[in-house]
Amino acid sequence: MKRAAMLAIFSVGIGIYCLIPYLWFALTSWKSPAELTAIPPKLIPSFHWDFYRSALEERGLLRYIANSIIVAGTATGIAIAIGSVAAYALARFQLPWTNAYLLLLLAISMFPQIAIAGPVWNLLNHLDWLNTYRGLVAAYIALSLPLATWILTTFFREVPHEIEEAALIDGCSRFQAFYKIVLPISTPGIFTAALLVFINAWNEFFFALIVLTDPNLQTLPVGIALFPGEYTMPWGEIAAASTLATVPLILLTLLFQRGIVRGLAAGAVKG
Amino acid sequence: MRSSHRLAFLFLLPSLIFVGLFAFYPIFESFRLSFYRSILTLPWLGQKMVGWENYTDLWTDPVAAQSLRTTVFFVVTTIPLELGIGLGMALVMNEVFRGRGLLRAIVLIPWAIPTVVSSQMWRFIFNDRYGLFNFVLFGGDASRYLAPLADPILAPLTIIVAEVWKTAPFVALIVLAGLQTIPDELYEAASIDGATVWQQFRHVTLPLIRPALLLALLFRTIDALRVFDLVFVMTQGGPADATNVLSFYGYKKIFAEGMVGYGSAIAVGVFLVSLILSLVYLQILKSSRLERTPR
Repeated sequence: MKRAAMLAIFSVGIGIYCLIPYLWFALTSWKSPAELTAIPPKLIPSFHWDFYRSALEERGLLRYIANSIIVAGTATGIAIAIGSVAAYALARFQLPWTNAYLLLLLAISMFPQIAIAGPVWNLLNHLDWLNTYRGLVAAYIALSLPLATWILTTFFREVPHEIEEAALIDGCSRFQAFYKIVLPISTPGIFTAALLVFINAWNEFFFALIVLTDPNLQTLPVGIALFPGEYTMPWGEIAAASTLATVPLILLTLLFQRGIVRGLAAGAVKG
Repeated sequence: MRSSHRLAFLFLLPSLIFVGLFAFYPIFESFRLSFYRSILTLPWLGQKMVGWENYTDLWTDPVAAQSLRTTVFFVVTTIPLELGIGLGMALVMNEVFRGRGLLRAIVLIPWAIPTVVSSQMWRFIFNDRYGLFNFVLFGGDASRYLAPLADPILAPLTIIVAEVWKTAPFVALIVLAGLQTIPDELYEAASIDGATVWQQFRHVTLPLIRPALLLALLFRTIDALRVFDLVFVMTQGGPADATNVLSFYGYKKIFAEGMVGYGSAIAVGVFLVSLILSLVYLQILKSSRLERTPR
Protein backbone atom coordinates (compact mmCIF):
# COMPACT_ATOMS: atom_id res chain seq x y z
CA MET A 1 0.00 0.00 0.00
CA LYS A 2 2.93 2.27 0.75
CA ARG A 3 4.17 1.81 -2.81
CA ALA A 4 0.78 2.70 -4.29
CA ALA A 5 0.55 5.86 -2.17
CA MET A 6 4.03 6.96 -3.20
CA LEU A 7 3.30 6.33 -6.88
CA ALA A 8 0.09 8.34 -6.58
CA ILE A 9 1.92 11.26 -4.97
CA PHE A 10 4.66 11.24 -7.60
CA SER A 11 2.16 10.94 -10.45
CA VAL A 12 0.17 13.89 -9.18
CA GLY A 13 3.42 15.82 -8.82
CA ILE A 14 4.38 15.10 -12.41
CA GLY A 15 0.88 16.03 -13.57
CA ILE A 16 1.03 19.37 -11.72
CA TYR A 17 4.50 20.08 -13.09
CA CYS A 18 3.41 19.44 -16.69
CA LEU A 19 -0.05 20.98 -16.60
CA ILE A 20 -0.37 23.83 -14.10
CA PRO A 21 1.92 26.45 -15.72
CA TYR A 22 0.25 25.90 -19.08
CA LEU A 23 -3.29 25.75 -17.70
CA TRP A 24 -2.71 29.01 -15.84
CA PHE A 25 -1.69 30.68 -19.11
CA ALA A 26 -4.47 29.12 -21.20
CA LEU A 27 -7.13 30.08 -18.65
CA THR A 28 -5.87 33.66 -18.81
CA SER A 29 -7.18 33.86 -22.37
CA TRP A 30 -10.76 33.53 -21.11
CA LYS A 31 -10.47 36.26 -18.48
CA SER A 32 -11.92 39.73 -18.65
CA PRO A 33 -9.43 42.63 -18.68
CA ALA A 34 -10.20 43.29 -14.99
CA GLU A 35 -9.64 39.64 -14.03
CA LEU A 36 -6.34 39.63 -15.93
CA THR A 37 -4.67 42.11 -13.59
CA ALA A 38 -6.54 41.17 -10.42
CA ILE A 39 -4.61 40.53 -7.22
CA PRO A 40 -5.04 37.95 -5.84
CA PRO A 41 -5.20 36.33 -9.29
CA LYS A 42 -8.45 34.65 -10.22
CA LEU A 43 -7.69 31.05 -11.00
CA ILE A 44 -10.95 30.27 -12.75
CA PRO A 45 -11.91 32.88 -15.34
CA SER A 46 -15.45 33.98 -16.15
CA PHE A 47 -14.96 32.65 -19.69
CA HIS A 48 -15.03 35.82 -21.71
CA TRP A 49 -14.23 35.48 -25.41
CA ASP A 50 -13.21 39.13 -25.80
CA PHE A 51 -9.49 38.42 -26.05
CA TYR A 52 -10.13 35.86 -28.78
CA ARG A 53 -12.29 38.32 -30.65
CA SER A 54 -9.73 41.11 -30.52
CA ALA A 55 -6.86 38.72 -31.35
CA LEU A 56 -8.74 37.40 -34.37
CA GLU A 57 -10.31 40.64 -35.59
CA GLU A 58 -7.85 43.37 -34.65
CA ARG A 59 -4.56 41.54 -34.71
CA GLY A 60 -5.06 39.31 -37.73
CA LEU A 61 -4.52 36.05 -35.88
CA LEU A 62 -6.37 34.14 -38.58
CA ARG A 63 -3.77 35.16 -41.13
CA TYR A 64 -0.93 33.86 -38.93
CA ILE A 65 -2.79 30.59 -38.49
CA ALA A 66 -3.35 30.28 -42.25
CA ASN A 67 0.33 31.05 -42.95
CA SER A 68 1.42 28.42 -40.43
CA ILE A 69 -0.85 25.80 -41.94
CA ILE A 70 0.38 26.55 -45.46
CA VAL A 71 4.08 26.58 -44.57
CA ALA A 72 4.13 23.65 -42.14
CA GLY A 73 1.73 21.60 -44.28
CA THR A 74 3.61 22.07 -47.55
CA ALA A 75 7.00 21.53 -45.94
CA THR A 76 5.76 18.32 -44.29
CA GLY A 77 4.28 16.94 -47.53
CA ILE A 78 7.39 17.58 -49.60
CA ALA A 79 9.84 16.53 -46.88
CA ILE A 80 8.02 13.21 -46.40
CA ALA A 81 7.86 12.56 -50.17
CA ILE A 82 11.56 13.30 -50.67
CA GLY A 83 12.57 11.70 -47.38
CA SER A 84 10.69 8.45 -47.99
CA VAL A 85 12.32 7.93 -51.40
CA ALA A 86 15.72 8.56 -49.84
CA ALA A 87 14.95 6.34 -46.84
CA TYR A 88 13.87 3.52 -49.18
CA ALA A 89 17.22 3.68 -50.96
CA LEU A 90 19.04 3.69 -47.61
CA ALA A 91 17.01 0.77 -46.25
CA ARG A 92 17.05 -1.44 -49.36
CA PHE A 93 20.06 -0.90 -51.61
CA GLN A 94 23.14 -2.27 -49.92
CA LEU A 95 25.15 0.89 -50.17
CA PRO A 96 28.61 0.96 -48.58
CA TRP A 97 28.10 4.47 -47.20
CA THR A 98 24.56 4.17 -45.79
CA ASN A 99 25.59 4.49 -42.15
CA ALA A 100 28.01 7.29 -42.89
CA TYR A 101 25.24 9.19 -44.64
CA LEU A 102 22.81 8.65 -41.75
CA LEU A 103 25.43 9.91 -39.30
CA LEU A 104 25.96 12.93 -41.51
CA LEU A 105 22.22 13.67 -41.40
CA LEU A 106 22.31 13.32 -37.61
CA ALA A 107 25.16 15.84 -37.53
CA ILE A 108 23.12 18.25 -39.65
CA SER A 109 20.17 18.04 -37.29
CA MET A 110 22.53 19.23 -34.56
CA PHE A 111 23.74 22.32 -36.42
CA PRO A 112 23.01 25.44 -34.40
CA GLN A 113 20.59 27.55 -36.49
CA ILE A 114 22.84 30.57 -36.14
CA ALA A 115 25.69 28.66 -37.84
CA ILE A 116 23.77 28.51 -41.13
CA ALA A 117 21.33 31.42 -40.79
CA GLY A 118 23.39 34.14 -42.50
CA PRO A 119 24.19 32.16 -45.68
CA VAL A 120 20.62 30.75 -45.86
CA TRP A 121 19.35 34.33 -45.75
CA ASN A 122 21.85 35.33 -48.48
CA LEU A 123 20.85 32.38 -50.65
CA LEU A 124 17.13 33.15 -50.35
CA ASN A 125 17.90 36.79 -51.01
CA HIS A 126 19.70 35.90 -54.26
CA LEU A 127 16.81 33.67 -55.32
CA ASP A 128 14.44 36.52 -54.44
CA TRP A 129 12.70 34.09 -52.09
CA LEU A 130 12.80 36.19 -48.92
CA ASN A 131 9.29 37.02 -47.78
CA THR A 132 7.78 34.16 -49.75
CA TYR A 133 6.23 30.93 -48.53
CA ARG A 134 8.53 28.90 -50.77
CA GLY A 135 11.63 30.42 -49.16
CA LEU A 136 10.67 29.24 -45.69
CA VAL A 137 9.23 25.96 -47.00
CA ALA A 138 12.52 25.17 -48.76
CA ALA A 139 14.48 25.81 -45.56
CA TYR A 140 12.05 23.68 -43.53
CA ILE A 141 12.28 20.79 -45.99
CA ALA A 142 16.05 20.74 -45.61
CA LEU A 143 15.84 21.01 -41.82
CA SER A 144 13.24 18.20 -41.53
CA LEU A 145 14.93 15.76 -43.87
CA PRO A 146 17.35 14.38 -41.24
CA LEU A 147 14.51 13.49 -38.83
CA ALA A 148 12.22 12.20 -41.61
CA THR A 149 14.94 10.09 -43.21
CA TRP A 150 16.01 8.57 -39.88
CA ILE A 151 12.52 7.57 -38.82
CA LEU A 152 11.49 6.29 -42.25
CA THR A 153 14.69 4.29 -42.74
CA THR A 154 14.03 2.61 -39.39
CA PHE A 155 10.47 1.76 -40.45
CA PHE A 156 11.34 0.55 -43.97
CA ARG A 157 14.02 -1.77 -42.58
CA GLU A 158 11.28 -3.56 -40.62
CA VAL A 159 9.25 -4.30 -43.78
CA PRO A 160 10.04 -7.89 -44.85
CA HIS A 161 11.95 -8.17 -48.14
CA GLU A 162 10.03 -11.17 -49.50
CA ILE A 163 6.85 -9.49 -50.78
CA GLU A 164 8.86 -6.89 -52.55
CA GLU A 165 11.20 -9.40 -54.14
CA ALA A 166 8.23 -11.33 -55.52
CA ALA A 167 6.98 -8.09 -57.09
CA LEU A 168 10.40 -7.37 -58.58
CA ILE A 169 10.47 -10.86 -60.12
CA ASP A 170 6.99 -10.24 -61.54
CA GLY A 171 8.42 -7.29 -63.43
CA CYS A 172 7.79 -4.36 -61.12
CA SER A 173 10.39 -1.62 -61.29
CA ARG A 174 12.17 -0.60 -58.08
CA PHE A 175 10.11 2.56 -57.87
CA GLN A 176 6.85 0.63 -58.37
CA ALA A 177 7.88 -1.83 -55.67
CA PHE A 178 8.51 1.15 -53.42
CA TYR A 179 5.25 3.03 -53.88
CA LYS A 180 2.91 0.12 -54.53
CA ILE A 181 4.15 -2.24 -51.80
CA VAL A 182 6.50 -0.75 -49.22
CA LEU A 183 4.75 2.60 -48.93
CA PRO A 184 1.24 1.23 -48.17
CA ILE A 185 2.63 -1.25 -45.60
CA SER A 186 4.55 1.55 -43.86
CA THR A 187 1.63 3.96 -43.52
CA PRO A 188 1.89 4.10 -39.68
CA GLY A 189 5.58 4.94 -39.90
CA ILE A 190 5.02 7.58 -42.53
CA PHE A 191 2.23 9.09 -40.47
CA THR A 192 4.47 9.25 -37.39
CA ALA A 193 7.27 10.88 -39.33
CA ALA A 194 4.86 13.37 -40.89
CA LEU A 195 3.44 14.23 -37.49
CA LEU A 196 6.86 14.90 -35.96
CA VAL A 197 7.97 16.94 -38.96
CA PHE A 198 4.73 18.94 -38.88
CA ILE A 199 5.07 19.68 -35.15
CA ASN A 200 8.65 20.85 -35.66
CA ALA A 201 7.71 23.06 -38.62
CA TRP A 202 4.66 24.46 -36.79
CA ASN A 203 6.84 25.39 -33.79
CA GLU A 204 9.92 26.65 -35.66
CA PHE A 205 10.82 30.25 -34.89
CA PHE A 206 14.37 31.21 -35.87
CA PHE A 207 14.16 30.82 -39.65
CA ALA A 208 10.57 32.09 -39.77
CA LEU A 209 11.84 35.22 -38.03
CA ILE A 210 14.64 35.95 -40.50
CA VAL A 211 12.93 34.81 -43.74
CA LEU A 212 9.51 36.42 -43.26
CA THR A 213 9.50 40.09 -42.28
CA ASP A 214 6.20 40.90 -43.98
CA PRO A 215 3.45 40.63 -41.30
CA ASN A 216 1.05 39.30 -43.94
CA LEU A 217 3.21 36.21 -44.43
CA GLN A 218 4.49 35.56 -40.91
CA THR A 219 3.73 32.30 -39.13
CA LEU A 220 2.14 31.89 -35.70
CA PRO A 221 5.33 31.66 -33.61
CA VAL A 222 6.62 34.91 -35.14
CA GLY A 223 3.23 36.55 -34.65
CA ILE A 224 3.12 35.46 -31.00
CA ALA A 225 6.73 36.46 -30.31
CA LEU A 226 6.38 39.89 -31.91
CA PHE A 227 2.92 40.74 -30.56
CA PRO A 228 3.04 44.53 -30.47
CA GLY A 229 2.76 46.48 -27.23
CA GLU A 230 5.67 48.49 -25.88
CA TYR A 231 4.21 49.75 -22.60
CA THR A 232 1.34 47.48 -21.71
CA MET A 233 1.65 43.94 -22.99
CA PRO A 234 -1.61 42.63 -24.50
CA TRP A 235 -1.41 39.51 -22.31
CA GLY A 236 -4.99 38.44 -22.91
CA GLU A 237 -4.54 38.43 -26.68
CA ILE A 238 -1.15 36.73 -26.42
CA ALA A 239 -2.69 34.01 -24.26
CA ALA A 240 -5.58 33.61 -26.72
CA ALA A 241 -3.21 33.35 -29.70
CA SER A 242 -0.97 30.94 -27.77
CA THR A 243 -3.92 28.75 -26.88
CA LEU A 244 -5.07 28.60 -30.50
CA ALA A 245 -1.51 27.74 -31.60
CA THR A 246 -1.13 25.01 -28.99
CA VAL A 247 -4.46 23.23 -28.66
CA PRO A 248 -4.27 21.51 -32.09
CA LEU A 249 -0.78 20.26 -31.20
CA ILE A 250 -1.87 18.97 -27.81
CA LEU A 251 -4.82 17.15 -29.40
CA LEU A 252 -2.57 15.60 -32.07
CA THR A 253 -0.07 14.61 -29.41
CA LEU A 254 -2.64 13.00 -27.14
CA LEU A 255 -4.35 11.20 -30.04
CA PHE A 256 -1.14 9.80 -31.50
CA GLN A 257 0.87 9.52 -28.31
CA ARG A 258 2.03 5.95 -28.95
CA GLY A 259 3.24 6.69 -32.46
CA ILE A 260 5.07 9.83 -31.35
CA VAL A 261 6.85 8.11 -28.50
CA ARG A 262 7.81 5.26 -30.82
CA GLY A 263 9.04 7.71 -33.46
CA LEU A 264 11.08 9.69 -30.96
CA ALA A 265 12.54 6.49 -29.61
CA ALA A 266 13.34 5.24 -33.12
CA GLY A 267 15.15 8.47 -33.82
CA ALA A 268 16.81 8.57 -30.43
CA VAL A 269 17.60 5.10 -29.16
CA LYS A 270 19.10 3.82 -32.37
CA GLY A 271 21.28 6.91 -32.66
CA MET B 1 29.07 2.12 -61.02
CA ARG B 2 26.60 -0.70 -60.53
CA SER B 3 23.15 0.05 -61.90
CA SER B 4 21.52 -0.38 -58.50
CA HIS B 5 23.94 2.17 -57.08
CA ARG B 6 23.00 4.59 -59.83
CA LEU B 7 19.33 4.04 -58.98
CA ALA B 8 20.02 4.59 -55.29
CA PHE B 9 21.76 7.84 -56.12
CA LEU B 10 18.71 8.91 -58.12
CA PHE B 11 16.47 8.13 -55.12
CA LEU B 12 18.71 10.19 -52.85
CA LEU B 13 19.24 13.08 -55.24
CA PRO B 14 16.27 15.30 -54.23
CA SER B 15 17.17 15.15 -50.55
CA LEU B 16 20.85 15.72 -51.35
CA ILE B 17 19.92 18.92 -53.21
CA PHE B 18 17.97 20.36 -50.28
CA VAL B 19 20.43 19.30 -47.61
CA GLY B 20 23.33 20.49 -49.75
CA LEU B 21 21.86 23.91 -50.46
CA PHE B 22 20.39 24.64 -47.03
CA ALA B 23 22.79 22.89 -44.65
CA PHE B 24 26.18 22.09 -46.19
CA TYR B 25 26.75 25.07 -48.39
CA PRO B 26 25.70 27.47 -45.58
CA ILE B 27 28.05 25.93 -43.03
CA PHE B 28 31.05 26.29 -45.37
CA GLU B 29 29.89 29.74 -46.36
CA SER B 30 29.75 30.75 -42.66
CA PHE B 31 33.37 29.63 -42.28
CA ARG B 32 34.35 31.64 -45.36
CA LEU B 33 32.45 34.75 -44.28
CA SER B 34 34.08 34.66 -40.86
CA PHE B 35 37.38 35.59 -42.55
CA TYR B 36 35.89 38.63 -44.30
CA ARG B 37 34.78 42.07 -43.30
CA SER B 38 31.28 42.26 -44.70
CA ILE B 39 28.83 44.83 -43.41
CA LEU B 40 25.30 44.78 -44.80
CA THR B 41 24.61 48.41 -43.96
CA LEU B 42 27.79 49.51 -45.76
CA PRO B 43 27.50 47.48 -49.00
CA TRP B 44 29.85 49.78 -50.96
CA LEU B 45 32.76 48.47 -48.88
CA GLY B 46 32.19 45.05 -50.41
CA GLN B 47 33.70 41.94 -48.84
CA LYS B 48 37.27 42.36 -47.76
CA MET B 49 39.42 39.43 -46.68
CA VAL B 50 40.73 40.20 -43.20
CA GLY B 51 42.25 36.87 -42.17
CA TRP B 52 41.81 36.09 -38.47
CA GLU B 53 40.79 39.62 -37.55
CA ASN B 54 37.17 38.71 -36.67
CA TYR B 55 38.46 35.97 -34.40
CA THR B 56 41.03 38.16 -32.67
CA ASP B 57 38.33 40.80 -32.19
CA LEU B 58 36.05 38.12 -30.77
CA TRP B 59 38.78 37.06 -28.34
CA THR B 60 39.05 40.57 -26.89
CA ASP B 61 35.33 41.45 -27.05
CA PRO B 62 34.04 41.69 -23.44
CA VAL B 63 30.42 41.19 -24.57
CA ALA B 64 31.40 37.96 -26.36
CA ALA B 65 33.22 36.77 -23.25
CA GLN B 66 30.15 37.44 -21.12
CA SER B 67 27.95 35.81 -23.76
CA LEU B 68 30.11 32.68 -23.61
CA ARG B 69 29.96 32.63 -19.81
CA THR B 70 26.17 33.06 -19.90
CA THR B 71 25.78 30.22 -22.40
CA VAL B 72 28.06 27.87 -20.43
CA PHE B 73 26.22 28.72 -17.21
CA PHE B 74 22.93 27.97 -18.95
CA VAL B 75 24.19 24.61 -20.25
CA VAL B 76 25.76 23.39 -17.00
CA THR B 77 22.74 24.35 -14.89
CA THR B 78 19.95 23.11 -17.17
CA ILE B 79 21.46 19.73 -18.08
CA PRO B 80 21.74 18.22 -14.56
CA LEU B 81 18.26 19.51 -13.67
CA GLU B 82 16.75 18.07 -16.85
CA LEU B 83 18.49 14.72 -16.42
CA GLY B 84 17.52 14.51 -12.74
CA ILE B 85 13.86 15.44 -13.23
CA GLY B 86 13.62 13.41 -16.45
CA LEU B 87 15.09 10.33 -14.77
CA GLY B 88 12.68 10.69 -11.85
CA MET B 89 9.69 11.00 -14.18
CA ALA B 90 10.82 8.01 -16.22
CA LEU B 91 11.21 5.84 -13.10
CA VAL B 92 7.64 6.66 -12.03
CA MET B 93 6.23 6.09 -15.53
CA ASN B 94 8.01 2.75 -15.77
CA GLU B 95 6.08 1.39 -12.78
CA VAL B 96 2.82 -0.50 -13.33
CA PHE B 97 -0.21 1.40 -12.00
CA ARG B 98 -3.60 2.64 -13.07
CA GLY B 99 -3.47 5.91 -14.99
CA ARG B 100 0.03 5.28 -16.30
CA GLY B 101 -1.10 5.77 -19.91
CA LEU B 102 -2.68 9.10 -19.00
CA LEU B 103 0.50 10.21 -17.23
CA ARG B 104 2.63 9.30 -20.26
CA ALA B 105 0.33 11.41 -22.43
CA ILE B 106 0.39 14.40 -20.06
CA VAL B 107 4.17 14.36 -20.01
CA LEU B 108 4.18 14.98 -23.76
CA ILE B 109 2.35 18.30 -23.36
CA PRO B 110 5.30 20.55 -22.41
CA TRP B 111 7.28 18.90 -25.22
CA ALA B 112 4.54 19.65 -27.78
CA ILE B 113 4.01 23.31 -26.86
CA PRO B 114 5.81 25.69 -29.24
CA THR B 115 8.84 27.20 -27.49
CA VAL B 116 7.59 30.69 -28.36
CA VAL B 117 4.35 29.94 -26.52
CA SER B 118 6.06 28.49 -23.45
CA SER B 119 8.37 31.53 -23.47
CA GLN B 120 5.40 33.93 -23.39
CA MET B 121 3.84 31.71 -20.72
CA TRP B 122 6.86 31.99 -18.40
CA ARG B 123 7.20 35.66 -19.18
CA PHE B 124 3.62 36.10 -17.95
CA ILE B 125 4.20 33.93 -14.88
CA PHE B 126 7.27 36.03 -13.97
CA ASN B 127 5.41 39.30 -14.63
CA ASP B 128 6.28 41.95 -12.03
CA ARG B 129 2.70 43.07 -11.35
CA TYR B 130 0.31 40.15 -11.70
CA GLY B 131 2.45 37.10 -12.33
CA LEU B 132 1.76 33.82 -10.58
CA PHE B 133 5.39 33.69 -9.38
CA ASN B 134 5.06 36.85 -7.29
CA PHE B 135 1.68 35.84 -5.94
CA VAL B 136 2.96 32.43 -4.83
CA LEU B 137 5.98 34.02 -3.11
CA PHE B 138 4.47 37.17 -1.61
CA GLY B 139 0.70 36.73 -1.75
CA GLY B 140 -1.22 39.98 -2.16
CA ASP B 141 1.59 42.20 -0.84
CA ALA B 142 2.42 43.92 -4.14
CA SER B 143 5.06 46.16 -2.52
CA ARG B 144 7.41 43.18 -2.26
CA TYR B 145 6.86 41.95 -5.83
CA LEU B 146 10.00 41.25 -7.84
CA ALA B 147 10.65 41.92 -11.52
CA PRO B 148 12.70 38.79 -12.30
CA LEU B 149 12.97 39.49 -16.03
CA ALA B 150 14.48 42.92 -15.37
CA ASP B 151 16.96 41.67 -12.78
CA PRO B 152 20.43 40.70 -14.06
CA ILE B 153 20.73 37.86 -11.50
CA LEU B 154 17.17 36.50 -11.68
CA ALA B 155 16.66 36.82 -15.46
CA PRO B 156 19.07 33.97 -16.39
CA LEU B 157 17.32 31.81 -13.77
CA THR B 158 13.90 32.42 -15.37
CA ILE B 159 15.29 31.25 -18.72
CA ILE B 160 16.70 28.16 -17.00
CA VAL B 161 13.32 27.37 -15.40
CA ALA B 162 11.54 27.78 -18.74
CA GLU B 163 14.04 25.51 -20.53
CA VAL B 164 14.02 22.78 -17.87
CA TRP B 165 10.22 22.73 -17.67
CA LYS B 166 9.85 22.10 -21.39
CA THR B 167 12.67 19.63 -21.97
CA ALA B 168 12.79 17.43 -18.86
CA PRO B 169 9.81 15.45 -20.28
CA PHE B 170 11.82 14.77 -23.45
CA VAL B 171 14.63 13.34 -21.31
CA ALA B 172 12.00 11.28 -19.47
CA LEU B 173 10.81 9.73 -22.74
CA ILE B 174 14.31 8.74 -23.85
CA VAL B 175 15.18 7.31 -20.42
CA LEU B 176 11.83 5.49 -20.30
CA ALA B 177 12.65 3.83 -23.63
CA GLY B 178 15.92 2.70 -22.02
CA LEU B 179 14.19 1.45 -18.86
CA GLN B 180 11.76 -0.64 -20.89
CA THR B 181 14.61 -2.71 -22.33
CA ILE B 182 15.67 -3.96 -18.86
CA PRO B 183 14.29 -7.47 -18.29
CA ASP B 184 12.34 -8.00 -15.04
CA GLU B 185 14.41 -11.11 -14.28
CA LEU B 186 17.38 -8.92 -13.41
CA TYR B 187 15.42 -7.22 -10.63
CA GLU B 188 14.01 -10.56 -9.43
CA ALA B 189 17.50 -12.01 -9.26
CA ALA B 190 18.78 -8.94 -7.44
CA SER B 191 16.02 -9.01 -4.83
CA ILE B 192 16.53 -12.74 -4.26
CA ASP B 193 20.17 -11.89 -3.58
CA GLY B 194 18.92 -9.43 -0.96
CA ALA B 195 19.64 -6.18 -2.80
CA THR B 196 17.82 -3.12 -1.44
CA VAL B 197 15.82 -0.88 -3.77
CA TRP B 198 18.70 1.61 -3.80
CA GLN B 199 21.23 -1.15 -4.59
CA GLN B 200 19.01 -2.40 -7.42
CA PHE B 201 18.84 1.11 -8.82
CA ARG B 202 22.56 1.69 -8.42
CA HIS B 203 23.81 -1.64 -9.77
CA VAL B 204 21.09 -2.77 -12.20
CA THR B 205 19.11 0.22 -13.46
CA LEU B 206 21.79 2.87 -13.69
CA PRO B 207 24.41 0.89 -15.65
CA LEU B 208 21.77 -0.37 -18.10
CA ILE B 209 20.26 3.03 -18.86
CA ARG B 210 23.69 4.64 -19.22
CA PRO B 211 23.44 4.70 -23.04
CA ALA B 212 19.97 6.31 -22.90
CA LEU B 213 21.19 8.88 -20.37
CA LEU B 214 24.24 9.68 -22.48
CA LEU B 215 22.05 10.09 -25.54
CA ALA B 216 19.72 12.46 -23.69
CA LEU B 217 22.82 14.30 -22.46
CA LEU B 218 24.06 14.65 -26.05
CA PHE B 219 20.77 15.96 -27.45
CA ARG B 220 20.16 18.31 -24.54
CA THR B 221 23.69 19.76 -24.55
CA ILE B 222 23.56 20.52 -28.27
CA ASP B 223 20.11 22.05 -27.90
CA ALA B 224 21.02 24.12 -24.84
CA LEU B 225 24.12 25.49 -26.59
CA ARG B 226 21.97 26.92 -29.36
CA VAL B 227 19.19 28.33 -27.13
CA PHE B 228 17.57 31.28 -28.90
CA ASP B 229 13.74 31.36 -28.83
CA LEU B 230 13.45 31.67 -25.04
CA VAL B 231 15.92 34.53 -24.90
CA PHE B 232 14.39 36.33 -27.87
CA VAL B 233 10.90 36.28 -26.38
CA MET B 234 11.57 36.56 -22.65
CA THR B 235 14.45 39.02 -22.32
CA GLN B 236 15.90 40.06 -25.69
CA GLY B 237 19.31 39.28 -24.19
CA GLY B 238 18.87 41.73 -21.34
CA PRO B 239 18.94 43.17 -18.81
CA ALA B 240 22.46 44.50 -19.44
CA ASP B 241 23.41 41.44 -21.54
CA ALA B 242 22.69 39.13 -18.57
CA THR B 243 20.93 36.61 -20.88
CA ASN B 244 22.76 37.47 -24.11
CA VAL B 245 23.58 33.88 -25.11
CA LEU B 246 25.85 33.17 -28.09
CA SER B 247 23.07 32.41 -30.59
CA PHE B 248 21.31 35.63 -29.70
CA TYR B 249 24.52 37.66 -29.85
CA GLY B 250 25.33 36.22 -33.28
CA TYR B 251 21.79 36.90 -34.45
CA LYS B 252 22.00 40.51 -33.28
CA LYS B 253 25.36 41.03 -34.98
CA ILE B 254 24.26 39.55 -38.32
CA PHE B 255 20.61 40.50 -38.61
CA ALA B 256 20.23 43.64 -36.48
CA GLU B 257 23.64 45.27 -36.99
CA GLY B 258 24.50 43.71 -40.37
CA MET B 259 28.00 42.70 -39.17
CA VAL B 260 28.02 39.55 -41.27
CA GLY B 261 31.72 38.73 -40.96
CA TYR B 262 31.89 39.21 -37.20
CA GLY B 263 28.57 37.47 -36.64
CA SER B 264 29.78 34.53 -38.72
CA ALA B 265 32.83 34.20 -36.48
CA ILE B 266 30.45 33.88 -33.50
CA ALA B 267 28.33 31.36 -35.45
CA VAL B 268 31.42 29.29 -36.32
CA GLY B 269 32.42 29.38 -32.65
CA VAL B 270 29.03 27.98 -31.55
CA PHE B 271 29.22 25.37 -34.31
CA LEU B 272 32.71 24.19 -33.36
CA VAL B 273 31.89 23.94 -29.65
CA SER B 274 28.80 21.81 -30.33
CA LEU B 275 30.67 19.69 -32.90
CA ILE B 276 33.52 18.93 -30.49
CA LEU B 277 31.12 18.16 -27.63
CA SER B 278 29.02 15.81 -29.78
CA LEU B 279 32.14 13.96 -30.96
CA VAL B 280 33.25 13.52 -27.34
CA TYR B 281 29.78 12.24 -26.32
CA LEU B 282 29.56 9.88 -29.29
CA GLN B 283 32.96 8.45 -28.33
CA ILE B 284 31.79 7.87 -24.74
CA LEU B 285 28.52 6.43 -26.03
CA LYS B 286 30.34 4.01 -28.31
CA SER B 287 32.64 2.79 -25.54
CA SER B 288 29.73 2.46 -23.08
CA ARG B 289 27.95 0.22 -25.58
CA LEU B 290 31.01 -1.97 -25.95
CA GLU B 291 31.55 -2.54 -22.24
CA ARG B 292 27.99 -3.45 -21.33
CA THR B 293 29.06 -5.17 -18.14
CA PRO B 294 27.60 -3.41 -15.09
CA ARG B 295 30.21 -2.34 -12.61
